Amino acid sequence: MSDYLWILFVVLYIVLAPFIGGMIAGIDRKITARMQGRYGPPLLQPFYDVLKLMQKENIVVNKHQKLYVLCSLIFIIVAGAIFFAGGDLLLSIFALALASIFLVIAAYSTYSPYAYLGAERELIQIMAYEPMVILTIVGMYIATGSFSVTDIGAYEGLLVLKLPAMFVGFVYILTIKIRKSPFDISMSHHAHQEIVRGLTTEFSGKELAYIEISHWYENVMLLGLVYLFFASNPILAVLVLVATYFLEILIDNVNSRLKWQSVLFSTWLVAFVLGIANIAVLGFLKYFL
Amino acid sequence: MELVLFLIIVPIIVGVALLFIPARLHTARKSVVAAATLVLSGVSIYLVTQYIGEDQQMFSFDAHVWDMVIVGIEMILAGFIIVLSIIKKQYLAAALMLVGAGLMCWFEFAWAGDIPVRNVLFVDNLSLIMSLIIGVIGCLIALFAVGYMKTYHEKHPDVKDRTGFFFFIIFAFMGAMYGVVFANSLVWLFFFWEITTLCSFFLIGYSRQKTAVKNAFRALKMNLLGGIGFAVAIILLAQNTGTIELDHISTLSSVALLPMGLLAFAGLTKAAQMPFSSWLLGAMVAPTPVSALLHSSAMVKAGVYLIIRLSPAFDAVEGGGIVGLCVALVGAVTFVLTSFMAISQKDAKRVLAYSTVANLGLIVVCAGMGNYLLAWAAVMLVIFHAVAKSLLFLSVGTVEHNLGDRSIESMDGLIRSMPKVAVGMAIGILGMFLAPFGMLISKWAALEGLVEANAFLTVFVAFGGAATLFFWSKWLGKIIMVKAVPEGFVPKVSNLEKVTLGVLAGSTVLVCLTFPLISQYFLEPFILGTYGEIYVLEPSNVGILLMMMGLMIVLPLSLLTYRKVGYREQYLAGANVDEKEKFRGSLGVTQSISVQSFYLDSIFGEKRLFNIGVIFAIALILIMLVFAALRAGVGA
Repeated sequence: MSDYLWILFVVLYIVLAPFIGGMIAGIDRKITARMQGRYGPPLLQPFYDVLKLMQKENIVVNKHQKLYVLCSLIFIIVAGAIFFAGGDLLLSIFALALASIFLVIAAYSTYSPYAYLGAERELIQIMAYEPMVILTIVGMYIATGSFSVTDIGAYEGLLVLKLPAMFVGFVYILTIKIRKSPFDISMSHHAHQEIVRGLTTEFSGKELAYIEISHWYENVMLLGLVYLFFASNPILAVLVLVATYFLEILIDNVNSRLKWQSVLFSTWLVAFVLGIANIAVLGFLKYFL
Repeated sequence: MELVLFLIIVPIIVGVALLFIPARLHTARKSVVAAATLVLSGVSIYLVTQYIGEDQQMFSFDAHVWDMVIVGIEMILAGFIIVLSIIKKQYLAAALMLVGAGLMCWFEFAWAGDIPVRNVLFVDNLSLIMSLIIGVIGCLIALFAVGYMKTYHEKHPDVKDRTGFFFFIIFAFMGAMYGVVFANSLVWLFFFWEITTLCSFFLIGYSRQKTAVKNAFRALKMNLLGGIGFAVAIILLAQNTGTIELDHISTLSSVALLPMGLLAFAGLTKAAQMPFSSWLLGAMVAPTPVSALLHSSAMVKAGVYLIIRLSPAFDAVEGGGIVGLCVALVGAVTFVLTSFMAISQKDAKRVLAYSTVANLGLIVVCAGMGNYLLAWAAVMLVIFHAVAKSLLFLSVGTVEHNLGDRSIESMDGLIRSMPKVAVGMAIGILGMFLAPFGMLISKWAALEGLVEANAFLTVFVAFGGAATLFFWSKWLGKIIMVKAVPEGFVPKVSNLEKVTLGVLAGSTVLVCLTFPLISQYFLEPFILGTYGEIYVLEPSNVGILLMMMGLMIVLPLSLLTYRKVGYREQYLAGANVDEKEKFRGSLGVTQSISVQSFYLDSIFGEKRLFNIGVIFAIALILIMLVFAALRAGVGA
């Protein structure tokens, strides 16, 4: 029975992730509004937005962009499915990278100056967070002896105690992944600091809805990664997830966008220092204990 | 054994035949090269069917006469190079050649008689993989070159047409490469090693223009330096251990450390690792098929091949781990810094060159750590890199002839102006860096292996990998951009080019799809035979990868299904004009859109990073050699 449990998890992920992601987006918008002294939209507003987008007339610059956006959505689902099936974490992250690249490619294909700028900035973001993501996974391997999500999740102690620096580093780059200020240089939720609409300038209707949905899928998977750090204690893990997301919203609202140089430098510095420090401590522990 | 000798000698005979075909007899040359392609690839494949899956097959014969012939040829060539260097006032090159040849002469007369060489040649799965790469890819490149050189001379009337000589060297090069991968006697290996050095020297300097000559001599000097290391290694081995056979090295005691270090040093020079990366970058002045050959199937692959061969010795010989670690660190530094430098390059060929050096760096990292998982990753990297890189170089060559330059900025909208070539190029690019394609599978194995072997090395892979993602994606973005074709642009791609590009693109996809089979039939027997352990891909992961590949192939079909779609022009701040891709600029002038990539020169500029890399790499190589010398001294 338990041999097929992973199928259940995958199905649950594919069905539920958009709802969870959408709800998180709704709560996010509500809290953000309150922080800014506004009342904010209804909780279900993200779903209304997406449904409305789906019904719009389909307008594009060229056909290719539709294909690339579709690919991006599908590979994000694949990445999440590998993750929630308990598969290889590295493979899942590679699939996620593939999906991110497809979104960038979609923007490039439109030959629009604003989308192009967004695409290049998105690539800088990818380059900025990628090392920390890989090092986090490496850290998890050193601590648990496996790349498999099942094994990492089944780790007996609190993983975060072995990977404190990795956790801090990962939360740091999570700000980029969930598109929050000050690291939202390619496209932003805050209209006042946007170069037209950045990466998504040329997308409307169905494609924009797909991009939104894939963002929800991605967020759920990323929160799953954060969960892994605390997997041995589910209640604590959920509390940490809530706290982490709240922290991201707070950071989002008290910062304005940075220049790309600062994004790249700061994330690489964090990855380099925290990553190496954590690997060194783990190596030390392994060697002497 | 006859087959092996056949593969070494026939290319040289073909080369001589091509030497005597006058430049204007295009069709004759085409037929000879096509026939040679068929024969060499056919024999390489036949060789595979004969020896695949078996343990190392040793071939012993009395090579004394051959040895004399080899030394004779070496001396004649050395004399020729020395005279040429002196005429061109390259005294350092002449001196290096003199030292290298002198050492070999001394060895041959003072030592060779006392050192029995039992097995001169051998075949195992790694040699078979290499011979397939040389035979199939090398020949395809030669075939492509037939058409390319014709156009090249039409476009460069100032370059003297020495097409016959060009093809002679190309085929001699291939013969020498076969020699490198089949030789077990280090004397033979060294001979072929030096021949590849000389061939690349002649090819780089083909146009005889000033920079070409300068860069050819730079390549010559660096590789001769590596050759001297090789020669000293042979003499030390003969003196201290009494054997000069490749397969014996890993059974030796720590006296072999210094020869191992020197051989690795020779490998690093040939594989264009830092601080020697500049020769491969300089080699870009040569006609594009030469670059394709140097980068994918010949020359640099000889360098990593030797290091992969040394890899078990790093593990087995006492103290070898430190030598291996130094080698791996040189590779790691090279991988990171050259990946960074690739970001700042506009010239497509330079991007490819830096990416080659970076990938070789990764292979060196894997080979240096000397465990079975990393050896698997290293060989996989060699295979995928050879196929994808040759495809990329040749498509850049085709694009260059059509657009007039090879800047990535000019490749905007290639998917519209030259759709087939663009798709081929995109396959090559995807194959170089994205899941689920080949290179990524090996990078994945490399990460897994490195975590076990030395987790610090993963830091290099993490940062270098991120940079890789950046520079390939922005290039890919340029070519897949959908843009109106400039008026009057008619692409000219000859049939020969179409065929070679098509075959290479097909093989890239094929290699990606069949990698589990390649692993099972080629790599696993080799890894098991060498390390006694085996790396088997987890079937579920293979399944996922194949499923992802399937998706990548199937999804583009959805392009055909889009019907009810409305088209609008790009958003240009509301100033669009009726004409496509144009807008009303200030003062009412109509302007065209133009977009330029980020090259981040202030951060990833070549000069600064190169100097850093050179310092680190030289320090690491010195540490390696000093350590090896001290340890070997203690051991003796």
